[in-house]
Amino acid sequence: MNETVIEVRNLSRNFGATIALNDVSLNVSRGVVFGLVGENGAGKTTFIKHLLGLFRAKSGTVRVFDLDPVKDPVGVLGRIGYLSEERDLPDWMRVQELMNYTQAFYPKWDEGFAEELRQTFDLDPKEKIKNLSRGKRAQAGLLIALAHRPDLLLLDEPSSGLDPVVRQDILGAIIRTVADEGRTVFFSSHLLDEVERVADHVAMIHEGKIVLCNTLERIKENHRTVVLQFDEPRTASPDFPEILRCKGEAKEWTLLCEGNAAEIQRRAGEIGARVIEESIPSLEDIFVAMVKSKSMKMSSLIEK
Amino acid sequence: MQIRISLKDGVPIYLQIANQVKYLVASGRLSPGEQLPPVRTLAEDLVINPNTVARAYRELEREGILVTRRGAGVYVSDAGSPLAKREQKKILSERVDMLLAEAEQLNVDLEDLIELINERKKLLKEKEKKP
Repeated sequence: MNETVIEVRNLSRNFGATIALNDVSLNVSRGVVFGLVGENGAGKTTFIKHLLGLFRAKSGTVRVFDLDPVKDPVGVLGRIGYLSEERDLPDWMRVQELMNYTQAFYPKWDEGFAEELRQTFDLDPKEKIKNLSRGKRAQAGLLIALAHRPDLLLLDEPSSGLDPVVRQDILGAIIRTVADEGRTVFFSSHLLDEVERVADHVAMIHEGKIVLCNTLERIKENHRTVVLQFDEPRTASPDFPEILRCKGEAKEWTLLCEGNAAEIQRRAGEIGARVIEESIPSLEDIFVAMVKSKSMKMSSLIEK
Repeated sequence: MQIRISLKDGVPIYLQIANQVKYLVASGRLSPGEQLPPVRTLAEDLVINPNTVARAYRELEREGILVTRRGAGVYVSDAGSPLAKREQKKILSERVDMLLAEAEQLNVDLEDLIELINERKKLLKEKEKKP
């Protein structure tokens, strides 16, 4: 059960002077919903294109189903259902033609399931792809990604620019896919509340580097928002290595820290403060704090 | 079963489910023996990872609030919420203490008292049977 579906080692990629991926290593086990989060331009799409064999790894290695996606595209792509952010579908085809066309590529295409999805998404088989609304177009893309019941569902920013109804369809598809024993989902998103809902593993990518990668459960366990109280008002913000973000004044300061409750309690004691409130931050809070603190550390390095 | 998930306050989703099920059981909106939705159904309803629902159910089972019947699904345990159980015991203990004190004052021993309780229970049952 614990077999590895995606194994990426020390992958780096640059486009001219721009570093898109910087020494990225990542493992995804079978049966997992893996969320890759990061800002626009952080390297998410570049990473996914390597998994699909659309980019050749210039340094580092990429293995999907223990195969090289560039050398064995049939072995890899035949088992992947992929929905790109641009949803690049042949505009001139009708919905039914798109289904027939895609079916020809996948021996495992499930005709009954495809039809069921078409009805659920309320797609008119005679409609031209180019006339579909944004949402319907995404649903058509999702249909052809799902109908061959892929071992790995790969979604690049599946929800971007879509209304809540279609977003629910996509999240529902993720849930049903993983509920089918042994299937794996890898998706990128900048909508952190969606990731928190459906992912069990999360990797955060920032400026081409993985800055955090763990199970969602561990990530939540390892971060705390605390309110510290000091006996005397202070002008300088409290400072210890675990602090990602700090806000406050005088006697009360709110911190978002990396570390479990006990560690932070100890740190607070060391600087003469009491923890008067403690809570678990949302994934979004953690991400924002992380990105801001990284950017600040980087800019302070440059200044020196 | 009405469960609401909030992602604003950072509480892990499995905990939100576990806490809300506990509340529903304690308040009687879920009764002992009642079946809970299957993991997959609840996951799809709430649009969350099925593993998260399974985790919440496991937690509730460990605490004795839910039981899994093999191949038949997940149910509210017949014992009900241990919390509610404790509360019941507390209320009845006070009454029993009063009854015991009164019996002692009236010189009725424990055996006769238990016999009386059984008799009264029988009478009540017969009354219930009659329309």
